[in-house]
Amino acid sequence: MQNQIGTSRSFSLSDPRFRAWLFQIITLVAVVSMGWFLFDNTQTNLQHRGITSGFGFLENSAGFGIAQHLISYTESDTYARVFVIGLLNTLLVSAIGIVFATLLGFILGVARLSSNWMVSKLATVYIETFRNIPPLLQILFWYFAVLLPLPGPRNSLNIADSFFLSNRGLYMPEGHTADGFVAFVVAVLLAIVGTVLMVRWANKRFEATGVPFHKFWAGLAIMVLIPAISVLAFGSPFHWVAPALKGFNFVGGWVMIPELLALTIALTAYTAAFIAEIVRSGIKSVSHGQTEAAHSLGLRNGPTLRKVIIPQALRVIIPPLTSQYLNLAKNSSLAAGIGYPDMVSLFAGTVLNQTGQAIEVIAITMSVYLAISISISLLMNWYNKRIALIER
Amino acid sequence: MTTHTFKPDMPPPRKSVGAVAWMRANLFSNWLNTLLTLFAIYLVWLIVPPLLSWTIFDANWVGTTRADCTKEGACWVFIQQRFGQFMYGFYPSELRWRVDVTVWLAIIGVAPLFINKFPRKAFYGIGFLIIYPLVAFWLLHGGLGLENVATSKWGGLMLTLVIATVGIAGALPLGIVLALGRRSNMPAIRVVCVTFIEFWRGVPLITVLFMSSVMLPLFLPEGMSFDKLLRALIGVILFQSAYVAEVVRGGLQAIPKGQYEAAAAMGLGYWRSMGLVILPQALKMVIPGIVNTFIALFKDTSLVIIIGLFDLLNSVKQAAADPAWLGMATEGYVFAALVFWIFCFGMSRYSMHLERKLDTGHKR
Repeated sequence: MQNQIGTSRSFSLSDPRFRAWLFQIITLVAVVSMGWFLFDNTQTNLQHRGITSGFGFLENSAGFGIAQHLISYTESDTYARVFVIGLLNTLLVSAIGIVFATLLGFILGVARLSSNWMVSKLATVYIETFRNIPPLLQILFWYFAVLLPLPGPRNSLNIADSFFLSNRGLYMPEGHTADGFVAFVVAVLLAIVGTVLMVRWANKRFEATGVPFHKFWAGLAIMVLIPAISVLAFGSPFHWVAPALKGFNFVGGWVMIPELLALTIALTAYTAAFIAEIVRSGIKSVSHGQTEAAHSLGLRNGPTLRKVIIPQALRVIIPPLTSQYLNLAKNSSLAAGIGYPDMVSLFAGTVLNQTGQAIEVIAITMSVYLAISISISLLMNWYNKRIALIER
Repeated sequence: MTTHTFKPDMPPPRKSVGAVAWMRANLFSNWLNTLLTLFAIYLVWLIVPPLLSWTIFDANWVGTTRADCTKEGACWVFIQQRFGQFMYGFYPSELRWRVDVTVWLAIIGVAPLFINKFPRKAFYGIGFLIIYPLVAFWLLHGGLGLENVATSKWGGLMLTLVIATVGIAGALPLGIVLALGRRSNMPAIRVVCVTFIEFWRGVPLITVLFMSSVMLPLFLPEGMSFDKLLRALIGVILFQSAYVAEVVRGGLQAIPKGQYEAAAAMGLGYWRSMGLVILPQALKMVIPGIVNTFIALFKDTSLVIIIGLFDLLNSVKQAAADPAWLGMATEGYVFAALVFWIFCFGMSRYSMHLERKLDTGHKR
């Protein structure tokens, strides 16, 4: 009898292994039948409404105009092209937002830790104000309350005759490639290669002799001097075309439409408040003992910060920072509130209304966001493993 | 015999105490700090006086129409006139007392939970959680002797609060189940839970709302249809449960393994060891985190504007588009921002307070 205990296959509920199998089978059956129920309902509903499913509609001509497109677009182009334009617009606003939010967030985070009472209180007020107001509200505020009531192009705010801010957006000078362009690109490449070689040589010498080298200043000199020589010898790489007022609007120059401007300002202001908190907690997580240890090894303030504090703070900062970037990219979908042609408002809004292909359109939109967030979290996991503290 | 007496202490140097010393230490300790302080003062001077004169000193406080706003500052008359709409939406004005009663009941009902010595808090809390939603639904929606108010008429701050509270109340149990499932030993259950959580966390809420408004009707059997608010609520609950699940999982992972082993050694099965040992500790630990997700949800409710529900933000947007009050967008948005800010800031302070108060266990 005793031998049978543990080896017998008993089909009773008191056997944990049997119970585990049973629960899992029940769960799977429930999930699958739920899926089948939804799928079946959808099939019948679609049939009754006479909607043909499938992705064929992507080939049809869209027939509506788009306020901002980074690639060429006419109204006769297909829905697939509309999708690409929306995706590019989403990526554009996310990229601009991430750059500015990071800069502002790091400045604010450091400012909040500042020993200067005034500066740290100002940073606190900023952070507590902006992170407690919904991003959509901020977007609407900037768009409807600030940018749209601005004067028209004729009375626009003029900054140095090259930047014009009006209710049509922010007009900026546009750079066209000029004669010196090729030489300039070659010069920049040369400068990069030169800097890399210099850093390698300096590191090798430091390892061998212990004599430090001013890598930063030497690198800066190389990066400035070589392109500057190219500009002097071959002429400027760009000639800048400032926007000019013709009739009722500006001609020439690069324009940030008010929707893009409002979205960028609001997302930057909102996300920067969160990034500031992340930066602050990251720096605070490095204990003061580390600073003291570095000082007792003879490191000055600068190297202490660069070689001891920042590398450890980054380990804490980077994972939540990436999730803030992800949030910013997801929040850029709030563009639908003011009609910026991003992927959601363009594709899940206009295209869905025109074609009625709800399932396909929403599925495409969601999978793009899913693909972005999954790839970023995979990248994050890889990075986390790489920098994780190796403990005993 | 002479006794030695000490002379009285000299006062500290004047430069090391008092306001001057504080300013020297905190504002003007070196040239860089002095520069920063001056810059900060300049910023404050740039922002604060115009802001104060716009919001208070030059603002228009009394009147009934736009014409009464003659001074240069903000026209708060607009907010006064539309206050009802911002708070209740299109809820019939003669029935608005019902909303007020619902809110007062919530405040009075929750108050005992904050009194430390209140007896049988847990039973009271659970009873409140079961009874209050039924009463609130009856009061707000009507039926059983009260006049029906369709959800399409709900709006303003009331709708914002309804979505946020129902969202978190629905998401909490679902989130706990998902978190347990994600930590389960059974691969099939784990895979299902991970897929569910990662799916909802990967997509923006706005697409979830789009989906619930255009795709949910396709998913349901013919003839069965939900109203718009319920559809939005389902979307919000599913979305939020994924975030709650991740917060709860954090708490579960923070419980030392010894607690699991001790529960097993006591002969408790899975459900009893979870319910009696692990979850009470884990949930206590993650209360601040749950409050934080609630704050995020509260801010996210403003997205229902996209599917055409009239929450606080959408009411303001509509009112600002009224031809009789053109140009009042700034006042409207500032008011809405203030309301949201008060709620979110208050809750975040509360969550910080909880964090300090609950920070008791697992320190050896």
